[in-house]
Amino acid sequence: MDDNIQLNAQGQLKHFLTIEGLSRALLTEILDTAESFAGMTEQRVKKVPLLRGKTIVNLFFENSTRTKTTFELAGTRLSADVLSMNIATSATAKGESLLDTIRNLEAMFVDMFVVRHAISGAAHFIAQHAAPHISVINAGDGQHAHPTQAMLDMFTIRQLKHDFTQLRVAIIGDILHSRVARSQIQALNTLGAAEVRVIAPKTLLPAEVESLGVTVSHSLGQGLRDIDVIIMLRLQKERMTTALLPSESEYFKCFGLTPEKLKLAKPDAIVMHPGPINRGVEIDSKVADGPQSVILRQVSNGVAVRMAIMSMAMQKQGAQG
Amino acid sequence: MSRIVIKNGRIIDPANNLDQTGSVQIADGKIVAVGQEPEDGFSAERVIDAKGCIVCPGFIDLSTRLREPGHSRKATFASETKAAAGAGVTTLCLQPDTLPAMDTPAVVELVKDLAEKVGYPQVLPIGALSQKLEGAELSGMLSLKLAGCIAVSNANQPMRNLLVLRRAMEYAASHGLLVIVRPNEYYLSNNGCAHEGKFATRYGLPSIPEAAETIALAQCLELAELTGCRMHFGQISGKRSVIRIYQAKKYGLNVSADVAVHQLHLTEDDITPFDSAYHVLPPLRTEEDKQYLRQGLANGTLDCICSDHQPHDIDAKLGAFPETEPGMSSLETLLPLMLALVEQGAINLEHGIAALTRKPAQVLGLDKGALTPGLAADICIFDPERVWQVDDLTWNSQGHNTPFWGKSLKGRVVHTLQGGRVIYSLLPI
Repeated sequence: MDDNIQLNAQGQLKHFLTIEGLSRALLTEILDTAESFAGMTEQRVKKVPLLRGKTIVNLFFENSTRTKTTFELAGTRLSADVLSMNIATSATAKGESLLDTIRNLEAMFVDMFVVRHAISGAAHFIAQHAAPHISVINAGDGQHAHPTQAMLDMFTIRQLKHDFTQLRVAIIGDILHSRVARSQIQALNTLGAAEVRVIAPKTLLPAEVESLGVTVSHSLGQGLRDIDVIIMLRLQKERMTTALLPSESEYFKCFGLTPEKLKLAKPDAIVMHPGPINRGVEIDSKVADGPQSVILRQVSNGVAVRMAIMSMAMQKQGAQG
Repeated sequence: MSRIVIKNGRIIDPANNLDQTGSVQIADGKIVAVGQEPEDGFSAERVIDAKGCIVCPGFIDLSTRLREPGHSRKATFASETKAAAGAGVTTLCLQPDTLPAMDTPAVVELVKDLAEKVGYPQVLPIGALSQKLEGAELSGMLSLKLAGCIAVSNANQPMRNLLVLRRAMEYAASHGLLVIVRPNEYYLSNNGCAHEGKFATRYGLPSIPEAAETIALAQCLELAELTGCRMHFGQISGKRSVIRIYQAKKYGLNVSADVAVHQLHLTEDDITPFDSAYHVLPPLRTEEDKQYLRQGLANGTLDCICSDHQPHDIDAKLGAFPETEPGMSSLETLLPLMLALVEQGAINLEHGIAALTRKPAQVLGLDKGALTPGLAADICIFDPERVWQVDDLTWNSQGHNTPFWGKSLKGRVVHTLQGGRVIYSLLPI
């Protein structure tokens, strides 16, 4: 399995590209490390010198506000020098290949790339071709993986629900196009969740979705029964123009999470969303802003979890060199 | 002209139902006698000792791309014909998606010139079914035929609609032209790069359902009956396609089919994640599909094995999987992968050789693919036991894009003769 390019010879994290191939122990170590950083962010001095002197380049080939910001904050709080590049609007627009862009930045002696790209496999490709001392963190590639998002979701779940083995988790919405869902499913299964259920119309489910280790439901009414954690996914507007769905209003009628629907889940169920949310499309404002919602907590946790992953990948790198 | 004797080889010629150890005598570029020892009066200028080797007709490959004209950065006639000769291929069909497309006699002439300059193997151009392969207007098929095209096809490009396809088939049939189709419903395949199944789902890759092939195939079968057009289906990849073709043949339709050799060995389970060497169209499908393809080959539903050779430059394969160009450089793995089928018990050796010789000749209506006295001496001599490693030293194609790179394969061509001329000899180690 080629995903082992994520690990160095000692089995420690070098790149963070996908949850696949990582052990429960390693995921737990990430969560534990994040725990220590989470406490720190509430202090007056929010910096640790772990990555002082290191240079991190955020390579965003696809636009993002939240993910980019939390990666910048995470890098800065680890005392690294952080440079963010929106490549969607620069080099590749001039016809430069992905590899040439990487080579040019490598020539400036950076230590870590944080990559977001619209094509599945882009982060793997960069990790395979980057100089050996460079760590690559996947900040979302196409429809493949978004492992840091999945880990911050796991962190949030663990804070509130503690034991994964007792949990039934429902992921609702556009599973087909969602890199977040793929990484969440892998993380939940690795951490031993009792059940991962996906709820979506058939047009938004990939072929043989059960092979990912999930159960399937096509309605909220049945799907939410016994659920401890509800994860809503963002619905892109273009799904309506490509004949995957008839309309936003019909989607909301079937799969929108309203206070009434929420009652179908366990009374202490939490509601999550990777953001940005579409109010009135996949989620009712009363739920998004309600007491069971932990959406903003996810955002706060994003920094700590990314600090954990970045520092682990870089420390192993130091130990290696 | 020179006289050659090939001695001591095991001669396998499915067209003449021949499997015996003996000699093949060649004079003036033609086969003179097969089997018996040369008569006393036959003095050869050259004797090839084929002890331990198999002597069979030269292979006929129904689908290759040599990348000229238009893509000489990827490969050239010089590099790829050398690869073909080294693979035992003496006749190859060239897909029409050259640049410009093979839609005028001028391009056909250009291809013939390129082929002539190299001199071997025989290159048979496939003409474009529509102008510029755009699928909207008929190409000048009669002119293409007169210029030397063996068949017509729209390669991987879609026809605009079924009415245009119907008319193209009717027009081709009027001129006795074979129409070759790689069945693929354009919209259903939706710019996919992997089979719609476990692998694509796991790695979030745009996917192509098997139905994209089956539906297009079913449409073509209906049109074949409607128009009376002789059809050949190239690079079949799915289980249901095998079933459809089996039924169509049983029903009496005059259709034939081939399968790319790698589809008989590789499935989605074999893909190293995001390794672009496995990016090929049609995509690698499931173990079940592979088993049906093997069965289809064994029972004659699939007539031929082709290489579907598509050499690429390094840059074409250097990128994230969906952004790379599809296709494998596969001429030189053709023989070893066919022999692996024999070793694994999927087919017998005679059948495997027939699928590369007699049967493609039959599909194209050519008097080739046999060791019949009087025919041009197109001959492949190979050592079925020779193990070799795919690397810079053994590989001739300019395209290194094969998932078998670095691997050991069994079975290697030792000599290739075309028209009685030795066009390839394996250098002694």
